[in-house]
Amino acid sequence: MIKCKTSKEIGGMGHSKKRKEDARFIQGKGNYVDDVKLPGMLYMDIVRSPYAYAKIKSIDATAALAIPGVVAVVTGKDLEKYGLHWMPTLMSDTQMVLPTDTVMYQAQEVAAVIATSRYLARDGKEAVMVDYEPMKPVMDPFKALDEDAPVLRSDQEGKTDNHIWHWEVGDKEKTANVFDNADVVVKQQMHIPRIHVASIETCGCVASYDKVTNHLTMYMTTQAPHAIRTVIALVAGHVGLTEEKIRVISPDIGGGFGGKVPVYPGYVIAIAVSFLTGAPIKWIEDRSENLQADSFARDYHITAEMAGTKDGKIQATRFKVLADHGYTDASANPSKFPTGLFSIGTGSYDYGAAYMEADAVYTNKPPGGVAYRCSFRVTEAVHAIERMTDMFAKKVGKDPAQLRMENFIKKEDFPWASPTGWSYDSGDYHAGLQKAMDAIDYHGLRKEQIEMRAEGKFLGIGISTFTEVVGAGPSQDFDILGIKMFDSAEIRVHPTGKAIARFGTKSQGQGHETTYAQIIAEELGIPMEHIQIEEGDTDTAPYGLGTYASRSTPTAGAAAAMAARKLRDKAKKIAAHLLEVSEQDLEWEPGKFFVKGAPEKSKTIQEIVFAAYTNHPEGMEGGFEATHYYDPPNLTFPSGAYICVVEVDAETCDIKVRRFVAIDDCGNIINPMIVQGQVHGGLTQGIAPAMYEELIYDDSGNILNGTFMDYLVPTAVESPSWETGHTVTPAPHHPIGAKGVGESPTVGAPPAIVNAIVDAVAHLGIKHLEIPVTPFKLFKELQNVGYFKKTT
Amino acid sequence: MTKKITLKINGAEHTMEVEPRMLLIHAIRENASLTGSHIGCDTSSCGACTVLIDGKSAKSCTILAVQAQGKEIATVEGLATAEGLHPIQEGFHLNHALHCGFCTPGLMMRAVELLEKNPNPTEDEIRWGISGNLCRCTGYNNIVSAIQWTSAKMQGKELPSTEPKFV
Amino acid sequence: MIAENFNYDAPTSLDEAIALLHEYGDDAKILAGGHSLIPMMKLRFASPTHLIDINNIPGLSYVKEEDGYLKIGAMTKEVEVEESEIIHAKYQIFMDATKLIADPQVRNFGTLGGNLAHGDAANDHPAVMIALGADVEITGKDGKRTVGIDDFFQGFYTTAVEHGEVLTEIRIPAASGNYGSAYHKAERKVGDYATAGVAAMIQMDDQGRCTKAGIGLTNVSPLPLRASRSEEVLIGSDLSEAVIAQAAQYASEDCSPSEDLRGNVEYKRHLVSVITKRMINKAISRAKK
Ligand SMILES: Cc1cc2nc3c(=O)[nH]c(=O)nc-3n(C[C@H](O)[C@H](O)[C@H](O)COP(=O)(O)OP(=O)(O)OC[C@H]3O[C@@H](n4cnc5c(N)ncnc54)[C@H](O)[C@@H]3O)c2cc1C
Ligand code: FES
Ligand code: FES
Repeated sequence: MIKCKTSKEIGGMGHSKKRKEDARFIQGKGNYVDDVKLPGMLYMDIVRSPYAYAKIKSIDATAALAIPGVVAVVTGKDLEKYGLHWMPTLMSDTQMVLPTDTVMYQAQEVAAVIATSRYLARDGKEAVMVDYEPMKPVMDPFKALDEDAPVLRSDQEGKTDNHIWHWEVGDKEKTANVFDNADVVVKQQMHIPRIHVASIETCGCVASYDKVTNHLTMYMTTQAPHAIRTVIALVAGHVGLTEEKIRVISPDIGGGFGGKVPVYPGYVIAIAVSFLTGAPIKWIEDRSENLQADSFARDYHITAEMAGTKDGKIQATRFKVLADHGYTDASANPSKFPTGLFSIGTGSYDYGAAYMEADAVYTNKPPGGVAYRCSFRVTEAVHAIERMTDMFAKKVGKDPAQLRMENFIKKEDFPWASPTGWSYDSGDYHAGLQKAMDAIDYHGLRKEQIEMRAEGKFLGIGISTFTEVVGAGPSQDFDILGIKMFDSAEIRVHPTGKAIARFGTKSQGQGHETTYAQIIAEELGIPMEHIQIEEGDTDTAPYGLGTYASRSTPTAGAAAAMAARKLRDKAKKIAAHLLEVSEQDLEWEPGKFFVKGAPEKSKTIQEIVFAAYTNHPEGMEGGFEATHYYDPPNLTFPSGAYICVVEVDAETCDIKVRRFVAIDDCGNIINPMIVQGQVHGGLTQGIAPAMYEELIYDDSGNILNGTFMDYLVPTAVESPSWETGHTVTPAPHHPIGAKGVGESPTVGAPPAIVNAIVDAVAHLGIKHLEIPVTPFKLFKELQNVGYFKKTT
Repeated sequence: MTKKITLKINGAEHTMEVEPRMLLIHAIRENASLTGSHIGCDTSSCGACTVLIDGKSAKSCTILAVQAQGKEIATVEGLATAEGLHPIQEGFHLNHALHCGFCTPGLMMRAVELLEKNPNPTEDEIRWGISGNLCRCTGYNNIVSAIQWTSAKMQGKELPSTEPKFV
Repeated sequence: MIAENFNYDAPTSLDEAIALLHEYGDDAKILAGGHSLIPMMKLRFASPTHLIDINNIPGLSYVKEEDGYLKIGAMTKEVEVEESEIIHAKYQIFMDATKLIADPQVRNFGTLGGNLAHGDAANDHPAVMIALGADVEITGKDGKRTVGIDDFFQGFYTTAVEHGEVLTEIRIPAASGNYGSAYHKAERKVGDYATAGVAAMIQMDDQGRCTKAGIGLTNVSPLPLRASRSEEVLIGSDLSEAVIAQAAQYASEDCSPSEDLRGNVEYKRHLVSVITKRMINKAISRAKK
C-alpha cells in the first residue's frame, strides 16, 4: 500500500485521483489541432516522392493551378528565394524543407499545394506532375559504408562517405582483457528494427501569420512548444520572425511518444506559406504520410557480447552498434549524446568492465531516430543486455532468474558507479524480481513447462530486469541546441486560495493536469481540485524543454515541488506574522501551520494566502506566486522486473502471451492509477515491436507496409491482460523522490517477451530470435533447426 | 455535382450542400462542426471516427455523407443528457480508460452498441468487440474495465471497484 | 485520403439500378456496404465516375431456408449473418468466418454479396461458399441467371457479374443429416486479411462415412480455390486420421500462394496443411453433434 501524507480531499501524492482532464475528452470537447478552424483558413497537402533517391528534373504545377480553388503550389525553388529550403535538425545536422534538386527517401516532401479546402488541396496534389530521374538508393546501412557507395550527402562540403559520427564509451582495453580471459563468452548480432510511434493522432498544424502585427501563431502537434519556438526563430529569424513574435500553441495532443518532438518540413512550409500569403494554413497528415515520412525510432544493428565465469558471474559486456539514421540525423537526443543514453546498457548487474561503440550512417530512408517512449536509445540498450543475460544463463546452464539474482547490484551498493560512467541513484532489484516471481508462480511455471514439453506443447517464460535512466537532465551535460535541459513551473495562488500553475512541459495523455496538481497539493495543502494546470502556450508558460524521455515528473514535477516550497516558506513567514509567533515555533501539516504544542492555534493555507494579498507583513512582497527552474543534480534510475509467459502453437507457430507481470520501481508514486495506466499503455507498446511492428523497405527503397493495413498496431485482442505492481525505492536526490515511469514498460517489455518465446522453443535448438517475432519468422527459424522440414 | 442533404446528428438537423465524395466524418467534423469524432487513419483501420448510424457503430471515414441522408447519427457530443453523463462516459473516466483521449469518442460509441447488443459481455467478447478501435495509449486493460463497469451500471448491478488493482 | 469526384444515385428498385448501370456504362459501380470500394476510392486505386448505391432497394437482405437451400440476400450484412438463428444452429462456419472478418464496425456494413462480388481471393466468404457449394444468383436486364461458385471467380477483381448486372442472392444447399462446417484463417492480427484460410464442410452417414465434402481456400491462389483432390479423398472415406492428413497434404500441394509480407510459399503451404486438418476435424465434430 502506498502511504499518503495528505487527506483524500487535498489529494496530494499517493492518491489515485481521477483525472481532471477527462471531462473534456469524454464529451468530445478536446481541442486537437485538426479542430482548430480560423477564418480564411487555407489547406495544404503535400506532393511526395515515389522514389527513394532521384533527381527532380521538373515540377509542373499547371494542371494543379488550373483547378478552381487551388491557390498555390510551393516548391523548394520557391523557398530557396527566402533561404527557407533547408532547416537544422535537433542534432545539428541539416534537413531539406523542400528539395530543389534531389529527393532522398520515398515519401519525402516535394511540393506543397495550397487550396481552399482539404478536398481541393488533395485534387491539386494529384495534378502536380513531377519528372524524376531515379537513382539506385542506398538501403543497407552496412553497404552504406562500402567504398563504392554513392555519397548521399553531397550537400555537405568535403563529405566523402556516408559515415555520420563515431561514439564510444567505457574502457576498451580493460574490457578486452576481461573477454580474453573469460571462461564463457556469448555473442549475438541483433537488429532493433525501425518502428514508428504511430500515435493515433497524426501530426499537423495551423500556421497563422498576421501581416499587420507581424506575429505568428502556430498551433501544432508538439511535445516541446518552447524548443520549437526557438527553432522557428532560428530558421526564420532572418525574414523577420524573431522569437518574441512567435507564439506556439500545443493544443490537446493525441499521443506523442517522441514522434511529436522533431520539426517536420510540413510545419515549416505551412509557416512559410502563411508568412507569404497572410492566410492561416492548415496542414494535417494522413496516416500513411505519418508512417512513411515522419521520424522513425530505433534501427540499431547491435553486435552484443557478454563475458563471464562458468558459474554464472557476469564480468564484462561489449556492444558495437551501427545506427541507420536515414538521410539525415534528425534524432532528438541531448546534443552531447549522439547515441542518447545507450550507455545504460550495462543493465542492473554488478560488474566493472564494459565498452560500447557506435557508428551512424546515412541511407535513403526517412530521417529520424526519435526517442519513442524511451529515454533516448535506452530501449535498444536494454534489449541487448537482457537478451545477452539470457543467452549467458543458457550457456552456463543456470536458470535465468537465479542468474539475475546472483548478479544484481545490491540494494546497499547504491549509489553505484557503472562502468560506462553513470551513478545509479537507488534501487532494489532483488525485491522487484522476487515480487514478480511470486506473483506469477515462477517455479510452478517451470514445472508446467516440463510437463507441457513432454506432450509436445511449448510454454516459455521470459524475464527482463532492466534499469532505465530518465529525467534529462543535469545542465552540465544535457542540452538541446545549446539550451540546457532544465524544466520549469510557475505557481500563482489567487487570494481565495485557489491556484493556477503553468509548465514548460506538454502532456500528450500522461495526465499532467492531475499529477502536477497533486504535487502542488502535497506541498501546499491546497486541494488538487482547486489547482488548475496549464501547459503548451509559449506566451504564458515558463520556458521548458517539453515532455519526452520520461522527463516531466523528474524535471517539471520537481520544479513544481520546489516552487511550491518557496511559497510554503513565504506562507510560514505570513503565518508567524498572523499568529504572532516566531517561525521556529510553527509546524506544518498539509493545509496549515500550527503552533508547536498548541495545535488549536493555526492558520490554514487559505487564510495565509488571503493575508498575502490583504495583510502581509511589512517589508514582504505582496501576492503569492513563485517560479522555479529545476536543474536536476542527477538523472533518475527507475527499474523493473517483468516476467512474460507465452504459449507457442507447435504447428502454426502462433504465439500467445498467457500472462505478463510487470513490477516497476519508479520511486515515490504521485498517482498510482495514472502510473498503472502508463505502464499498461507502455506494455502494449512493448508487445508491438516484440511481435508485430517494423517498418519494412525493399532494396529499391519502397516502404512495404506504410499503412495501418500492414503496420500492425496491436488491438485489444493482441494485447494481453496486463498485471502490474510496484516496489518503491525513492530517488534520494529528487525533491519528491519520484523517478518517472512513462517509458519503462516500452523499454522493458520487448526482451521479456522475446526471452519467453526463445525459452519456449529453446529445447529445439533456438538460441535467439530477432524482433518482431512473428509466427512466420518463428516457422523459418524452426525450419533452420530442423523442427519443420524444408520443402524447397 | 453537389447534393443537398440533411443529416440528423444527435437529434439536430444539419442541412448542407456536399459533393458525393464527402466522407461522413468530414461532414460531421467540418460542416456540422462537431469535432469530437476523430480521424486516425486512411485505411478504415483505427475506429477513431466511429459514430452510430441508426444505432449501428460505423467507421464514418468509410461512409459517404450522402449515404447518411435521413439516418439518425449519434456522436460523442450526444452521449450526455440534461441528467448528466452517459454511463459509458462515467465508466471511461472512473476506470482511467483514456490517456490522450483521441481514440476515446470512437471507443465509447463502439462500446455503446456493444453493450446494447450484449449487456453482459465477457472480457473476451469485449476485446473482440473493440478490435476495430486502436488505442495507442492505454494498453486496453482499463478500457475493458470501463466497459465491464458500464455493463454493471446499466444493469443496476453492484459496481466493481474503480481503484487500481496491483499484484 | 480523399476520393476523386463522382456522381451518386440511390435507386429504390432493382430495375432502376440496372437501368442506371446501363445508362452510365463501364465507369459506374455498385455501392453495397462500401467497405471494399470506398477504401480503394480514397486511395484512388479506383475512380468510378458514378456510384449506384443499392442500399435503398428493399428485399435484398435476408437469411432463410427455402426449397432445400439456405438463401442469403446479397445485401445481407455480415452482422445479420452473425446474428441469424439459422446460422447459429446449422451453419457455424459463418460464425467462424464472420468473427475473423475485419471488425464489428466493418461487419455492420459489409455485405455478403459485396464480399463475393469484389472478386478478391483475400476475402473470406469466397472460400466458405466454395466449401458449401453455393450458387450465385445474378440479376440483369433480361432477368435472373444462376452461376455455380466454381464459375463465379474469373480473375483479380473480376467475377461472373457482368456490367449492368447485380448479384442478388446466394444459395447454399441446405444442411441435412450429419452436417458440419468450419472456417479458420491464420492472420497477423485480428481483422487482417488471411495469411492462409481454410473452409471445410463435411457430411457423413450414420456410420461415419463421408458422403459430401467441400474444402475452400483463402488467399493462397490468385483466385479463391477449391481443393478438389482433398475433397475426393474425403468423400466415401471413413475420415480416418490418415485420410484427413492426405486431404491436408493435397490442399497444401494444390494451392499456389505467393510470397508477401504475410509469409513465404513454404509457410503458407504449411499453414494450409495444418488448418485444413484442423477444420476438417472441427467440421466432423460439429457433424457428429
Ligand atoms: C479494415 C477492413 C478490414 C477488412 N477485412 C476483411 C477480412 O478480413 N476479410 C474479408 O473477407 N473482408 C474484409 N474486408 C472487406 C469487407 O468485408 C467488405 O465489406 C467486403 O469485401 C465488401 O463488401 P461491401 O458490401 O462492403 O462491398 P462494396 O465495397 O460496396 O463493393 C465491393 C465491390 O463489389 C461490387 N458489388 C458489391 N455488391 C454488389 C452486388 N450486389 N452486385 C454486383 N456487384 C456488387 C462493388 O461494385 C465493388 O466493386 C475488410 C474491410 C475493411 C475496411
Ligand atoms: S479514421 Fe481510421 S477507421 Fe476511420
Ligand atoms: S487514449 Fe490515446 S489513443 Fe487511446
